[in-house]
Amino acid sequence: MMPDTAARRTAARSAIRDEATRLRAVFEAAGAQVVDPPVLQPADTLLDLYGEDIRARAYVTSDAVRGEQMLRPDFTVPVVQMHMAHGAEPARYTYSGEVFRRQEDFPDRANEYFQTGYEVFDRADPAAADAEVFALIRQALGDLPLRAATGDIGILAAAVEGLDTTDARKAALRRHIWRPRRFRALLDRYSGRAAVPETRLALLAAADPWADCAPLVGLRDRADIEARIAALREDAATPPISENEVALLDAILGIRETLPFALEHLRDISVDMPAIIPAMSRLTARVAALSARGIDVDALEFEASYGRTSMEYYDGFVFGFYAEGRSDLPPVASGGRYDALTRVLGQGAEIPAVGGVIRPGLLLDLRAAS
Amino acid sequence: MTIKLGVPSKGRLMEKTFEWFASRGVTLSRSASEREYAGAVEGIANVELVLLSAGEIPRELAAGRIHLGVTGTDLVREKLGQWDQQVQELAELGFGHADLIIAVPAAWVDVDTLDDLDAAAAAFRKRRGFRMRIATKYHRLVRDFLRNAGVADYALVDSQGATEGTVKFETAEAVADITSTGETLRANHLKMLRDGLILRSQATLYRSRAAEMDEPDRETLKQLCRMIEVD
Repeated sequence: MMPDTAARRTAARSAIRDEATRLRAVFEAAGAQVVDPPVLQPADTLLDLYGEDIRARAYVTSDAVRGEQMLRPDFTVPVVQMHMAHGAEPARYTYSGEVFRRQEDFPDRANEYFQTGYEVFDRADPAAADAEVFALIRQALGDLPLRAATGDIGILAAAVEGLDTTDARKAALRRHIWRPRRFRALLDRYSGRAAVPETRLALLAAADPWADCAPLVGLRDRADIEARIAALREDAATPPISENEVALLDAILGIRETLPFALEHLRDISVDMPAIIPAMSRLTARVAALSARGIDVDALEFEASYGRTSMEYYDGFVFGFYAEGRSDLPPVASGGRYDALTRVLGQGAEIPAVGGVIRPGLLLDLRAAS
Repeated sequence: MTIKLGVPSKGRLMEKTFEWFASRGVTLSRSASEREYAGAVEGIANVELVLLSAGEIPRELAAGRIHLGVTGTDLVREKLGQWDQQVQELAELGFGHADLIIAVPAAWVDVDTLDDLDAAAAAFRKRRGFRMRIATKYHRLVRDFLRNAGVADYALVDSQGATEGTVKFETAEAVADITSTGETLRANHLKMLRDGLILRSQATLYRSRAAEMDEPDRETLKQLCRMIEVD
């Protein structure tokens, strides 16, 4: 490397570090306690949480004693673990440091970058906490012209719970909220839009499904298979999810407008789908809290399916800040509510939690460009 | 300078590659000593034969240490991220056919598609507290395939050989492996999922996009391409 290139790179990194420190000070001034989780995280927690997909996103390393370790792909999981193990309530945390992400599909994107974050664990008033995180991050980003995207996974989740169908079908749909394609395939099948595969029909029609069957090998045993056949029989006897309900789900998924219109739209839908009313009330309370923090909610975009393809722990409010006209760039800041994650990592305990991160490196680039 | 051609160092893949080039007027041969991994090229000047393990050829192509290489489509796509940015497919050689597929025990009468596999994996995890294990050495290809299909609640376990045996030995519930005739699957009481074809692979001649070439090298490559009838 040319010496001046090396010098430039060192200067750029040190500028990012300074900016990260400045942002962390903003969060600290807002009442957050500084925390500093280790770079190496035990792989099993992350694998159990995200499944195999995390291996495509995070770097895995190992040694002969501790086994597999991951270079932290984010701070949220270690911060939640730390809080659930010995945090006092309510709590606000801030952190700053590098995260590591494989970018095999986007080699031009950074695989190592700074994140500065702010996380709130507070039972008192979730709507106020949502607004606090959003407004504080917006303020920390300064006066850069950014487009804010918001959403709420809780609306879709409530709509699924409210469907007039079996718990098994609801559970299957809930499980795939974060995988839109599989969600759609399930919905098509449950509503009778997609044909039942012939092999499935043959299996259900068979007098003895085990006739002429090969010997069973492996750990998944006859009880597993019998249980699934019983579940398939029950499903086959279940009436389809009505066209009307599918249309309502589609209407929710299609919402992408400014908040006042989105709310109006949701209110119309809730007339036919009252199950979403509690989630809608939470959204209304959030809008009021955002407004009280000085956010121009009339101009704020709301997209009901926003955040569905990101990391799957967000289960309520979700948001991202994007550079105008730069759809090639990842969001300069993003975050959301992850109550369910505290339940998964809390071993019985849980607490409403919301947080967000800024990418100082991206922020500096955008500032330099504007 | 010379053009370096990487060819699998043993077995049918080497023999078939030699035959393929021979029928196009390029004679490749291994040195007289069976143990020495060196070879000779006749019929064209300035081409050097490099005998390598088929599994290492993708990496050598990507690094530009060889200009051309013969290896399986499966290995290139598994080992090279954005493979088409790193190598160019020059010719499919018409042998070494193998399909990378997902297979489950044949007695899983309730599982025929990826949709079934996903549902079975969810129930399996719920009952046993761990994810359904799929044994494979093709981690990237299998993971991408299952992600696109929206299959969840599985974990990949590494298996570098005798993969079909992992189910019987209960170190995996399903496998993702290469098969050409399905004989090994049947012998191990496994069946392929109906929509479980991940990739059709065959021996393929690749050109490295990273290998350095001077003007004479470019001429050599052109001449070789003419002889083997590749544009």
